Order: sequence, then C-alpha cells, then structure tokens
Amino acid sequence: MKVMVFVKANADTEASVLPSEQELRDMGNFNEALVNAGIMRAGDGLKPSVNGARVRFSGKKRTVIDGPFTETKELVAGYWIWEVASLAEAIKWVKRCPNPTGEESVIEIRPIFEPEDFGEAYTPELRAKTEKLRAKATKQINKRKKAPKKKR
Amino acid sequence: MRFMIIVKASRDSEAGAMPEEALLAAMAKYHEDLAKAGVLLDANALHPSSKGARIRYSGGKRNVIDGPFAATTLIAGFTFIQVKSKAEAIEWAKRMPAPHGEHNDCEIEVRQLFELEDFGSSEAIERFREMGVASER
Amino acid sequence: MAVTATDTHRAIDAVWRIEAPRLIAGLARLVRDVGVAEELAQDALVAALEQWPESGIPDNPGAWLMATAKYRAIDILRRRKLVARKHEEIERDLGDDAEAAMDELDGAVDDDIGDDLLRLIFTACHPVLATEARVALTLRLLGGLTTDEIARAYLLPEPTIAQRIVRAKRTLSDAGVPFEVPRGEELSARLAAVLAVIYLIFNEGYSATAGGDWVRPQLCDEALRLGRVLAELAPREPEVHGLVALLEIQASRTVARRGQAGEPVLLLDQDRTRWDPLLIRRGLAALERAQRLGGAQGPYALQAAIAACHARARRAEDTDWPRIVALYDVLATLADSPVVELNRAVAVSMAYGPAAALPLVDALAAEPSLRHYHLLPSVRGDLLQKLERLAEAAAEFARAAELTRNDRERTLLLERAARCVAATAPPP
Repeated sequence: MKVMVFVKANADTEASVLPSEQELRDMGNFNEALVNAGIMRAGDGLKPSVNGARVRFSGKKRTVIDGPFTETKELVAGYWIWEVASLAEAIKWVKRCPNPTGEESVIEIRPIFEPEDFGEAYTPELRAKTEKLRAKATKQINKRKKAPKKKR
Repeated sequence: MRFMIIVKASRDSEAGAMPEEALLAAMAKYHEDLAKAGVLLDANALHPSSKGARIRYSGGKRNVIDGPFAATTLIAGFTFIQVKSKAEAIEWAKRMPAPHGEHNDCEIEVRQLFELEDFGSSEAIERFREMGVASER
Repeated sequence: MAVTATDTHRAIDAVWRIEAPRLIAGLARLVRDVGVAEELAQDALVAALEQWPESGIPDNPGAWLMATAKYRAIDILRRRKLVARKHEEIERDLGDDAEAAMDELDGAVDDDIGDDLLRLIFTACHPVLATEARVALTLRLLGGLTTDEIARAYLLPEPTIAQRIVRAKRTLSDAGVPFEVPRGEELSARLAAVLAVIYLIFNEGYSATAGGDWVRPQLCDEALRLGRVLAELAPREPEVHGLVALLEIQASRTVARRGQAGEPVLLLDQDRTRWDPLLIRRGLAALERAQRLGGAQGPYALQAAIAACHARARRAEDTDWPRIVALYDVLATLADSPVVELNRAVAVSMAYGPAAALPLVDALAAEPSLRHYHLLPSVRGDLLQKLERLAEAAAEFARAAELTRNDRERTLLLERAARCVAATAPPP
C-alpha cells in the first residue's frame, strides 16, 4: 500500500530556520535508509507558506490569496510517499525518523487511495457511469470553450 | 519548478463518502488536461483520517495517535505539477474543478517544493543555503 | 491584498504559456500558415495585455484569445479570397455578416484541438527545415519560449535566433508545406524527426554546465514536457513512450550528476539516494507502455531499458550488466554508432571482464568519429589498468587528458595516469 507521510509545519519551518549540520546528516541517513529499504517513492520539502498561495472557490469565482498563512499547525512542511505493507510498518519507519523540525513536531500518515480500494463501492456500473459522465463533461467543457458570439 | 496543489478535506471526504459522480468525472478530466499539457507529475487522493495516524515528537518522546483527527483542515489530496513559474501553478490551480462541489466554498493551497537537492546528505549549512537559492530556478 | 500590475502580467504570461501552443495550432489550421497563425496569436496576446488588467482575466482565457484571434483570421481569409476571386462572388458567399463567418469557423476549429497540436509539432519539425531551425521553431511555437530565452539557451545572439525563426517560417510558407499529420510510410520517418528534435533539446540542457545561465538546464524540463505532451497526443506510438522513458530516467539523475564543486560525477559513482524516485517511477511506467505496444526493440526504448537497468539497481554493484550487454547487442544492430559500440564494450567489461572487452575497444581505434573523443582512450586506459598493463594504461589516460575539455576531468585523468606510473616504478 502507498502512504503519504507528511511533516506538519511550525514556526521554525515557516521562518526557514536552517537545521543544524547534525540534523541534516541524521535526516540524510534516514532518507538513505528509506531508499535502501526500497520503500521510498517520493519526498521533498515544501517552501514556507510565504512562497505559496491559496485559491478560494466560491460559486464561479476564483480568488487568489498570497501566503503566508497563519494557521501554522495545519500547514505542511515536507512529505514522503512510501510503499509499505501496512500502516504499522509505516508507523515503525516514522518512529525511526529523526525529529524533523528539532522542536515539537507532528508527522501524519495517511494511506493513499489506489484503484483497488474503490472495491465494492466502485462497481462496474459506477465505473461505466463515470466514464460516460467523463465523456459528457468533456463535451460540455469543450462546448463552453466556444467563444460567446459578440459583435466588437 | 515543482508545486503541490493541496486539497483540504471536507466532512464528506472524512466520512468516506464517494464524491458525486459528476465531480469525480470533472476531476479526472482536469488531471487528464494536466497530463496533456505535460505538467502532471503525480496525483494522490487520501483515505479519510480514520485510517491514518499521527506521531507527535515532544520532549524527546514519540507518541502515536490513531485517527480520526478533528482538526478543521485535514488534507484529502495532493496533485504534483511541474511548471515554469508560480504564476503558472496558480493558473492551473484556478482551473481545478471545485473540489467540494460547485455549491460549497473551499480553498486549495499551492506550495512550491524545494526539490530533491535539500534532502540527502549535505556537509555544510552553506550548501543548504545554496540549494535553497539554486532551486529558485 | 493589492494585486499589482506585475501580478497581473505574470498571470497573463502564465495563461499565455498554457494556451499559446493550442491557440497557434488552431489558427494554423484556419489560415494554413504557422507564421501568420503566430502573428494572429501574438495580436490576441497584445489585446489581452491591454484589456485584462482592467477587466480581469476571463473565466475561459483560451476561448477569449481564440475568439479575438479569429476575428483577425476572418479578415485574412477574406483578403485571400479577394485575391483569388471576384468581388461579387465573395459578397455572395460570405455575405456581410461576420456572425455567419464565425459560425463557419466555429465548426472548423472546435474539432479535436489535439490533432491540430500534432499538426503543429510535425510542421515545426518538417524535413524542409534545417535541424537548428526545427529546434528553434519547436521551442518557439510549442515551448512558448521567447526569442531571448532561446538565444540564451543556445548561447547565441538574439538576432541570430530571430532571423532563424523568420526564415524557418518563410521556408515553410514558400515550400507550401501542408498543415497536416503525415500518414502511412511517411509517418515513421517524420515522427523520428520530431523525437530527434526533442532529444536534441534535452541533451543541450543536460550538457549545460553548472553555474551557467539557468535557462539552459531548463531545456531539459521543456524537452521532457514536450515529450509528455506528445505521449498523450500519440499514445499508440511506442517510440514516443520510449523517448519519454529515457528522458524521465536521465532527468532523475540531475542532482546526483553534479558533485559539490559542480563537477560531473560518473553514473557508477553517483549517490543513488539522490536519484529522483518519482521520475524513475514515471520512466519505468513509460517504458512499460512502450513495451506493451510491442515497441521494446525501438532505439529509444532500448536506450531507456538500459537506463532502467541502472535505475533499478540500488547500488552500482547490483547492476544487471549481462542484461545491459544484451540490450546493447540489439541497439548496435539498429544504428552504426561507434559511441554505442564503446558503451557496449564498457558493459561487456563489467559483465564478462576487461579481457573480453579490450578487443572491442581496439576495434574502434581507427574510428574517425572517435578520434577526438576522450572517452575512448579513457575506457581503454581503464581496461588496461584492470589487466595490470599499467604503462600502457598511463599512456591512454594521458591521451584522454589531452582530449577532454573539462578541467576537473583532465585533473582526474592525469592523476590516474600518475598512479599507474607510480605503480610500475621499480621498488627503491
């Protein structure tokens, strides 16, 4: 199963406080261990939210809001994607992870939806219906792209 | 430049309810459009937090907490894209179908990735700084 | 939160980068000329830059741009018909109603825009153009790179690139190159030309040295993107997936390829924990697509399969060298390439020992194309050293040091030569 493992942000990650050499080395070793165990699928740090943005959806409106964002605890500072046998295995690996921020840290593990997961819920009928809807959605979207006829 | 578009959870996604078929179809088409533009790297939907766990580091100890989590903004999905600029990432984010349906307001987040240079062994903090700058491109 | 003029311009640039290729492609089908199509598209961009800061970016910017460009396109089509036929006939056919003309065009343009993009790609890489022109035109029309960016990417003056693009468009126009996707027997060769252009762009970026203009390494990203776009437009062509697989896997090594001083690090010496697992997965998936389509024996698929052997080995010692040799055996039959032969020799030495490989390298000694290729004596030196023929090895490393243009590499080769000499010196 694939899991998303993400490190929640804190004041230090948001302030781009640099890790110490020892912390960098420890994290480097951990990442190496993940690769050598063959479970590493992806991983990266996220730049602080001051470099990011949010898009608000309200009806048809889209509004862009620049970072930084104040709810630090809810932000993501880094992530991995691992291929593991179970949630328990993922937890085992996370426990081996050096403290990712050096302070109070929270790492969240969330299994990723894979096609098999849709299982009983995603019946062949539902799949066929989705395909049909997708074709319909495509047609409608392409139709909407036709320019409105306006005299200029 | 790589960006992550983060879709937050809703009560429905946390309840494990399948999204409406129309939304599923629209999301699928959106990701196909990303692929056709050659910018899609990966996309992942997450199981509700009841299937997850958190590990909290505090005072040298690690504590495991099982889901579900009650926080107001949990994450439901990630889409990774490769684009030339932050403005391009935001433009693509604007084109995402409303993740909680047309009738529900929501926000999605666009965050830039450091890229692999900043993980792995590094000898000096100076180099870390350089990596941070180098990845501006 | 104030939205500055710069923010809006950046947003418009982003929209342009997303919409431009499709816009140009759709217009090219209407007016049957990529040069004119690009001009119309540029005019629409100018209009957007004038109006959108005031009115805001429209909900469907692509449609807005197309509509704006179409109005000008009608004028051009009308003018063309004026040249061909008499006034009265035209009045009758087109009427004075722009709306009716628009309806005509509507139907024409909204057919599969994917096909138009394919037509554009094939046109930009048309055999009537010189390779450098194909590269410039592809980067311009499909990559959305500005003339300045292309110039910086290729370390050339901007006017040179500008002229190159102008001449390319004129050549296409003068030759009456039809705006179409080639069919039948032609398709294979034309597709190979497109793939070659994409690979050329990638290699230009890949060879860019660290510390230079950031535009150059970005060529890798652009080539990879173009390859991915093509893979969605022509999903049943195995060599497209083969090329994409090769590019994804090569791109996965971008960080590991450079040492701390920016010096190049050989594949077998690279820190594999710094290879990008996401790109490797994408590369392996693309390779599988190529193989499932029966394209395992295509040249790009073979090169990708070789790259995949390395990608799958967690350490250099784990590399499946015999498999790599087998893949090179097939690759060697496809193209008469001394470089492929040399790489094959290296694989043979890793799989079966230096003695087996030396004759293969010796056979390349007289190859004219390898005369200034520093890797030939470098490889020969390596084999001789492993065979304990140290004096000869030293001579080869010295020769390689003379041929290489990279300072750091020269130093390393001279060091190797010196170590061989020291090892042959009689004990005091």
